[in-house]
Amino acid sequence: MTISRQAFLRLSGFSFVVAVARKAIGAGARARWGMAVDAAKCLKRENCTKCIAACHQEHNVPSIPDRAHEVRWLWKEPFDHALAGQVDEYSALRAVPAMLLCNHCENPPCVRVCPTQATWKREDGIVAMDWHRCIGCRYCMAACPYGSRSFNFMDPRPYIHNANAQFPTRTKGVVEKCTFCSERLAVGRPPACVEACPEKALTFGNLNDPQSPLRQLLQARQHMRRRPELGTGPDVFYIA
Amino acid sequence: MRDRGAIYCGLAVFLALATFPAWHNLEAGVTAKGPAIKLPVRAKQCVAPAEYMRTAHMNLLMGWRETVVRTGTRGFTSVDGKPYNMSLTPTCLQQCHGSKADFCDKCHTYAAVSPPCWNCHVDTPPALRSAL
Amino acid sequence: MFMFEKAVAGSRRYWLWIGALVLVLAIGFACYLRQLADGLMITGLSRDVTWGLYIAQFTFFVGVAASAVMVVLPYYLHNFKAFAKITILGEFLAIAAVVMCMLFIFVDMGQPTRVLNVLLYPTPHSMMFWDMISLGGYLTLNACIALVTLRAEREGAAPPRWIKPVILLSIPWAVSIHTVTAFLYSGLPGRPLWLTAILAPRFLASAFASGPALLILLCLLLGRLTGFSPGREAIQKLAIIVTYATVISVFFVLMEFFTAFYSQIPEHTESLRYMFFGLDGHARLAPWMWTSLLLAAASLVLLLAPRYRHNEKLLAVACGMVFFSLWIDKGIGLIVAAFVPSPLGAVSEYTPTLPELLIVVAIWAVGSLILTVLYKIALSVREGQMFSAAPPAGVKVLL
Repeated sequence: MTISRQAFLRLSGFSFVVAVARKAIGAGARARWGMAVDAAKCLKRENCTKCIAACHQEHNVPSIPDRAHEVRWLWKEPFDHALAGQVDEYSALRAVPAMLLCNHCENPPCVRVCPTQATWKREDGIVAMDWHRCIGCRYCMAACPYGSRSFNFMDPRPYIHNANAQFPTRTKGVVEKCTFCSERLAVGRPPACVEACPEKALTFGNLNDPQSPLRQLLQARQHMRRRPELGTGPDVFYIA
Repeated sequence: MRDRGAIYCGLAVFLALATFPAWHNLEAGVTAKGPAIKLPVRAKQCVAPAEYMRTAHMNLLMGWRETVVRTGTRGFTSVDGKPYNMSLTPTCLQQCHGSKADFCDKCHTYAAVSPPCWNCHVDTPPALRSAL
Repeated sequence: MFMFEKAVAGSRRYWLWIGALVLVLAIGFACYLRQLADGLMITGLSRDVTWGLYIAQFTFFVGVAASAVMVVLPYYLHNFKAFAKITILGEFLAIAAVVMCMLFIFVDMGQPTRVLNVLLYPTPHSMMFWDMISLGGYLTLNACIALVTLRAEREGAAPPRWIKPVILLSIPWAVSIHTVTAFLYSGLPGRPLWLTAILAPRFLASAFASGPALLILLCLLLGRLTGFSPGREAIQKLAIIVTYATVISVFFVLMEFFTAFYSQIPEHTESLRYMFFGLDGHARLAPWMWTSLLLAAASLVLLLAPRYRHNEKLLAVACGMVFFSLWIDKGIGLIVAAFVPSPLGAVSEYTPTLPELLIVVAIWAVGSLILTVLYKIALSVREGQMFSAAPPAGVKVLL
């Protein structure tokens, strides 16, 4: 089949434009999952850890007593550690607990460094983990500026009480972190932590949808992100 | 023939080692009987033809794994049109095959194969095992 | 083809040494089997300090491997005849060092059986992928160059012409392996101690100080153990390289201090403060870092004064100090301190456990074993020839 140079160029140009347009339209239609943590609501219940308990129970996260080998997907840390530099010594927020988790960054350094793509950014914004492929090099842990990732220094099974058979455990030698409950999102349920919070302090939603409750909350209230100057684009927002 | 003693010793050791599989199995009471798998009671049709599953179930499982983990989609339609959720414990075990001891282990132990799946994937809880 | 027969004909002392190394190897291997069974919990690593002695030692020995370029470049590119007898020793040192690096990475992995995933799922945006490629390539290059040139020397003939571009390639490749290793660290936004443009230059400077220092010590040792002598000019030229590289290395460290403590930006100063003074009462690393600093200063006193540098005994002391100082700096301090404080401001200290240390020592034993065998082959080939100070006839230089 012969094609003239002109026709070929026209066809290529047209195909290129269509491909870009499809991607752009697709991007608009895709979800971009995010979460807002309302510290004031969280503060209403002192020492409440229901979100953490729900997450760790659902996902078979081991409870390892030795802090050095601890595995945690969610945890609480005072504002002056979690959002250091954004909360000064005169602020009332200093000691307020912030619930911390993987920020599922827009520009995640952990994804950039993983040598096997065992962690990657999905189209819906979730930074996913493939525990079959992870070689346990812990490069992602070195790269994460938030300390969100945990490594299985030993077999976690002895430390899992009441295993949830609907979700696998992990094995020793792999890195794990919050997955924004992608398996629950797939069946239309909210993340376990969001569902478990008695004060409804956690708001989860689609950042790409201006009408979503999350977007409206962010529009209405002053909020912060962790270490914004690093350019990671975290999608977890902290409402003072 | 100064080395007669050493040679006979060596021969004896060699014969013992070479026939090790035979007399060890005799001693352990190993028979030629194959694995006795417990077929599922409720479900009659597998996600794929039995012959295919017998030879290539790992291919199917690896394919399921890639699809679920890398693309996030869990829907699978078998050859006869039935929909399944691609999931090891909830579907393969809890829906049909019971527990790994009843089904998977029977052939795997016989064939001396130990796939690492169960380092992570959780076996059916004991309470649910008899239901199948 | 690899002339291994030369490595199995040795004196009683040689075999005792090999035996001792194998014993150390066996002990470390047993510890590694325990690590395979129980996981990395048997090390001193923690959720906050996720890289420790294994990765730190890898970083240091990549430098030693890269330093072969310091003998290859003057000899093959600039016809510096004095290095004729030691290029092979530098190349063999590079081989032993690269193998050690690969082993250090391997033992650090949580799931080592999956290591080939790095090649099965190539990821160009990950520096670790490129590190694997560059180390593998460097090992191949050096093995090829060393064996081809050694074989040619044994036959008293010129090496084949195709080896010249290969040697040329190994020169920038040597620089690249350590640059890529630096890139592992210097692009991470969350680790301010590493996030500095000067990290790769620092790595190269310390590599070109510690590697040749080790080479000098090895040459002097070989002189004691065998009849081999590289010649006084070669040793002195290497000593000058060590001197300049140490000066530059120390200068770079001082640059880091200035930027951190003059700007007074907390995240720039915290890790350095931890290294030398401790943070929140935790100062386990400080004695090590001060030792490293003092050793570097003392070595410069000996290296900068020609009277001391020309004295081979004092030179040996100076080289030992340089090597040990940089081993602490790069092989312990730099890697561990970047994790202190953690992203949440916590100070977690790291102390390697005994099994971890035994595994590290076992890998050193592997490197020493490879080095011993290769040096034995090289020296046996040399002994088999007519003794001559000039390089073998026909070894053409590239320019």
